[in-house]
Amino acid sequence: MKYDIILAGVGGQGVLSLAAIIATGAMKDGLNVRQSEVHGMAQRGGAVLSHLRISDKDIASDLVAKGTASLILSMEPLEVLRYVDYLAPDGAIVTASEAVVNITNYPDIESVYGKLQKYPQVKIVDSVSLAKEAGSARATNMVIIGAASEKLPVKSESIKEAIADLFGSKGQAVVDANIKAFELGQK
Amino acid sequence: MSGKVLLGDEAIALGAVHAGLSSAYGYPGTPSSEIMEYLLAYSKKTGKLHASWCSNEKTAYEDALGASLAGKRTIVTMKHVGLNVAADPFVNSALLKINGGLVLVVADDPGMHSSQDEQDSRFYADFARIPCFEPVNQQEAYEMTKEAFEISEKFNVPVMIRIVTRLAHSRAVVVPGEERNQNSMKKAEDKNTWMLLPALARKQWVRLLEKYNEFSAYSEKSDYNPLLINPDFKKYGVITTGLGKNYYTENLSDLKETPSHLHIGVYPLPAEKIRNLAGSVEKLIVIEEGYPFVESKLRGILPQSIEIEGKMDEKLPPVGELNPDNVRPVLALEARESLGKVETVPGRPPQLCQGCPHIDSYEAITKALVGYKESVVTSDIGCYALGALPPYSAIETIICMGASVGTAKGAAEAGLKPAVAVIGDSTFYHSGLTSLVDAVSANTPMTLVILDNWIVAMTGGQETILPSSRLESVIKGLGVDPAHIRTIVPIKKNLDENVRILKEEIEYEGLSVILSVRECIEEAKRRLKKEKSKK
Repeated sequence: MKYDIILAGVGGQGVLSLAAIIATGAMKDGLNVRQSEVHGMAQRGGAVLSHLRISDKDIASDLVAKGTASLILSMEPLEVLRYVDYLAPDGAIVTASEAVVNITNYPDIESVYGKLQKYPQVKIVDSVSLAKEAGSARATNMVIIGAASEKLPVKSESIKEAIADLFGSKGQAVVDANIKAFELGQK
Repeated sequence: MSGKVLLGDEAIALGAVHAGLSSAYGYPGTPSSEIMEYLLAYSKKTGKLHASWCSNEKTAYEDALGASLAGKRTIVTMKHVGLNVAADPFVNSALLKINGGLVLVVADDPGMHSSQDEQDSRFYADFARIPCFEPVNQQEAYEMTKEAFEISEKFNVPVMIRIVTRLAHSRAVVVPGEERNQNSMKKAEDKNTWMLLPALARKQWVRLLEKYNEFSAYSEKSDYNPLLINPDFKKYGVITTGLGKNYYTENLSDLKETPSHLHIGVYPLPAEKIRNLAGSVEKLIVIEEGYPFVESKLRGILPQSIEIEGKMDEKLPPVGELNPDNVRPVLALEARESLGKVETVPGRPPQLCQGCPHIDSYEAITKALVGYKESVVTSDIGCYALGALPPYSAIETIICMGASVGTAKGAAEAGLKPAVAVIGDSTFYHSGLTSLVDAVSANTPMTLVILDNWIVAMTGGQETILPSSRLESVIKGLGVDPAHIRTIVPIKKNLDENVRILKEEIEYEGLSVILSVRECIEEAKRRLKKEKSKK
């Protein structure tokens, strides 16, 4: 089994914690994981990319090869289009619907959705309202993991445990809201 | 012991701790910073070792030499361009009889994710004639660090570990091994091996060159340089270094035959193994992350009997990082089919954060310079380099740490007027200080603007070596006329006042320094959050 994920978004959206939760969950299931991320200048409000590789065998490269990603998981719709050449022929896309417009030449959002919808397996999720419903406006990334969970080779229980691990120090209320956001994303 | 999930940087830090580390020094720089971050946290938690950031990489390296002199194991960390700053003590230290193990970790940044160049530190190790380890994953990073300390003490030389961004900043499980106790203090016995007077240095140089043969013998035998010969396939063989191995391995299943393969994980080069491989195949393909270091040694100048392919004939990209895709053509593999094709997507470059004090500083500087035809604004390394991009487009040079000051001085002396230099507080302490002394000495007509945001922001908010409150007295102490040291607070409502002060100092026919002081907005948020959670 091999499952490669491209995680995308904009600096500050929680892309790296998204990667950490899935990686931790996969390890709880006894799988091998490699996760590559970018720090420093590249992080400041710019495009953020993380490669996450999950396998039951050894993994050599930290980077996903083009044409082999099972999933693009994105916190922002335009960011998906930057990495579609990573998608395997049977690859899927799960993205938040909300645009982050911090550039002057951001295209018309409907045209972005239109391009995304041409892909055979795509899910565009209103993560903002679901996160609010869960009681934490910042938990949009958990909604996105929830929306992708049926495709991930990781048990939902393991992901919930990983959420509890990551947010445990912030108190039970934060953990509960994030797990709720994950569950709302699953629906 | 069970596994831990660690960044490559953290794996090195843990390896050093388990090797009996006593002290750690460095200067922040992406992608190396997390090594020291880990050691600082460990030191704070356990009190078991001394760890501290330093003013720059040179001072860090010299601190580490002192620890080695005392017999303790010590590590010094920096990014690749930091080694340019530390090059003087580094190259000379190869001639010392290293006492406590000294390991230098240099993190290169091929692809320039967060750097000004993609220089390959293996050349420095070669230049200084010292051993160099190059791990390919987190587990190896951990293990090689322990080995590097052993080698440093066995051969009494500094040892380099060279990593790259993709290893520094990727996570995987590391299974730690045994922990070794720290060395007890034992000062170097023979001071003649620590004083590089010409007469003594000549002896030490001979000693180093003799030792170099021993390093080569070690490297020849090392399991980190595994050679696999497939006698049934002679068409080509592969040499990999660094992460080139991972990308090669990733594509191995697509090759019809398994080529003979030498991976080089420790230097000097294992010459015998290379000759052995070359003797078994018709062609060599060299896949290395970084400059074509191995390849250029193989090719030399004179013609050779074997065909070599790599970066120098552009069979592999000569710039940027390797990846699982761009190593395919040299292996005669087609690109993989993919579901999507990337059309033109507008770029989303990094940018100054909303509410960043640099935005207000740049607005004031740009406004103060309106109307001058021969002005220049030199800048430096840090978040404020993003002032190069629109809508600010406020600066004209970005060269290396501290260069803004000297470049403005030289430009002013060549006739550009007004000459304004912009530098951050930490970059100023790193290597702007000495250039400012030059400007004091010449009373150069220029204005230095120090953007004091209290911290080292770009690399994640490390503390500046001295607190903000001491900056003005440092500037005064260097001899700048106190009448021309001005402080401004870069906020919107101060804009007119700040422009007026800047103009006054720009008009002054001598050296002036303006301190533009306001806390980094991201750091302020982090601080307020911490204070709130304490209540």
